[in-house]
Amino acid sequence: MNASEQVVDLSTTELRDLNSALHKLRPDTNQTLWRIANPRGRHSVAVGVDAPVTIEIDGHVGYYCAGMNKHAKVVVNGNAGTGVAENIMSGTVHVKGDASQSAGATGCGGMLIIDGNASARCGISMKGIDIVVKGSVGHMSAFMAQAGSLVVLGDAGESLGDSIYEARLYVRGKVQGLGADCIEKPMTDHHKAKLTAKLTAAGVTGVDVGAFKRYGSARRLYHFHVDNVY
Amino acid sequence: MCGIVGLFLKDPKLEPDLGRLLSQMMGVLSDRGPDSAGFAVFGRGAAGNVKLTVRGVEGSDFLALARKLSEALGIKIAAVGRHTHGILTLPADREADAKAALAKLAPEIDLVGAGTRMELYKEVGRPELVATQFGLERMPGTHGICHTRMATESAVTTNGAHPFSTGLDQCLVHNGSLSNHNAVRRELRREGIEFATENDTEVAAGYLTARMHKGASLKQALTDALTDLDGFYTFVVGTESGFGVLRDPIACKPAVMAETDRYVAFGSEYRALVDLPDIAKARIWEPEPSTVYFWERPN
Repeated sequence: MNASEQVVDLSTTELRDLNSALHKLRPDTNQTLWRIANPRGRHSVAVGVDAPVTIEIDGHVGYYCAGMNKHAKVVVNGNAGTGVAENIMSGTVHVKGDASQSAGATGCGGMLIIDGNASARCGISMKGIDIVVKGSVGHMSAFMAQAGSLVVLGDAGESLGDSIYEARLYVRGKVQGLGADCIEKPMTDHHKAKLTAKLTAAGVTGVDVGAFKRYGSARRLYHFHVDNVY
Repeated sequence: MCGIVGLFLKDPKLEPDLGRLLSQMMGVLSDRGPDSAGFAVFGRGAAGNVKLTVRGVEGSDFLALARKLSEALGIKIAAVGRHTHGILTLPADREADAKAALAKLAPEIDLVGAGTRMELYKEVGRPELVATQFGLERMPGTHGICHTRMATESAVTTNGAHPFSTGLDQCLVHNGSLSNHNAVRRELRREGIEFATENDTEVAAGYLTARMHKGASLKQALTDALTDLDGFYTFVVGTESGFGVLRDPIACKPAVMAETDRYVAFGSEYRALVDLPDIAKARIWEPEPSTVYFWERPN
């Protein structure tokens, strides 16, 4: 065991005690590596961390894991329930399995990487987060997305990008349908470079960015018309 | 909110543990539905017999009830009392007579369900307590479904608790709320389906019963439900030989499934599944919206 590695077994430690200990970490802490055992699908594991530490969770987690994350790198060696990395501000959250609905919801920054699939509403109301899903995403993904990027190596479900504002969506596979005001846009060299940078940051290599299609806002909904400004 | 768990066993060696496993699973989801709880278990049956699950007030004498019905009908009726519920076992060909006699001789007793193997229990109160009161952990069986209820659509009453049963060996639990249940109930009443409550979930159960009565398989009936039922739903249903799962096209209500070569399990949350045998080796997935999932026991 690394001298600075903290091991917390959630079958013997209260979740509140773990989260409380994580919240007390200072930016210059020496306790930079945390290993969490037996999460047993519990909700709110490692929520609200605000320190540059790495937290490895061995097992499946419930709702809102790593929500509001700042600076930390949170790795889930399993599946994640609803709202993983919800409202993330910075740092990285990496789910090695599948993620349930609303992954990365309202995320303002940082990166969410999902090795498996994400279900419905992935990236709903995203505000600056970068999301990379190696599998597929469910219906209504990037609903009302405002900023950031959603990269999907697999397929996207119905109504992708419904009522989208400004976020960039890149999908390599099939898109079942686009939502209101979401359109396909040209994939220029500029966008290919941007996409390459996102994939590289997510540790994804050997992928042809030319195989992706880009989607974004047509800017035709009510709030895009100057006549509707109060 | 509400919580659902279900367990369908493939390995007969697990059958003695069905109630214990279901009880654990349901207890975990108490916080999703602390108002009331209920469960249906497909246990033992005897050829030619039917089991009626009936409910009375606490302290009801179900043995005396069985004697009364026996004398009236001239048949042998066995009775087992569990808390507020009783199981009356009688010849299947006298089921209709027994129901009529029950309504006449003991109007204070409600009929909860009927089945060749299904027993159905539900009560107001914390789910862990409800499970203990009925002795769920000691019930063997091949499959079962449980529900923890946080009432939204109708009152917190025993009648409003799940599961609902509207046909022989048929039961359904529901997380969500239906928006067209009044219209569907009216249509089904015209077709002769009887409803005991104003609850939306009972309409879903009645809908499936009506479809299956017309010859549809459970799988076909669930597929039809996608067209005819409007609203939010995750349904888990049981029949004598089958176990099905259906989520509405929006899939707001949570669902996680696990499958091994020994069982298929459903939970509103993964938390409910963590103590199942070999869960670490199970295939775990989230059921897709608008997709019928169905398992059937071999004959």
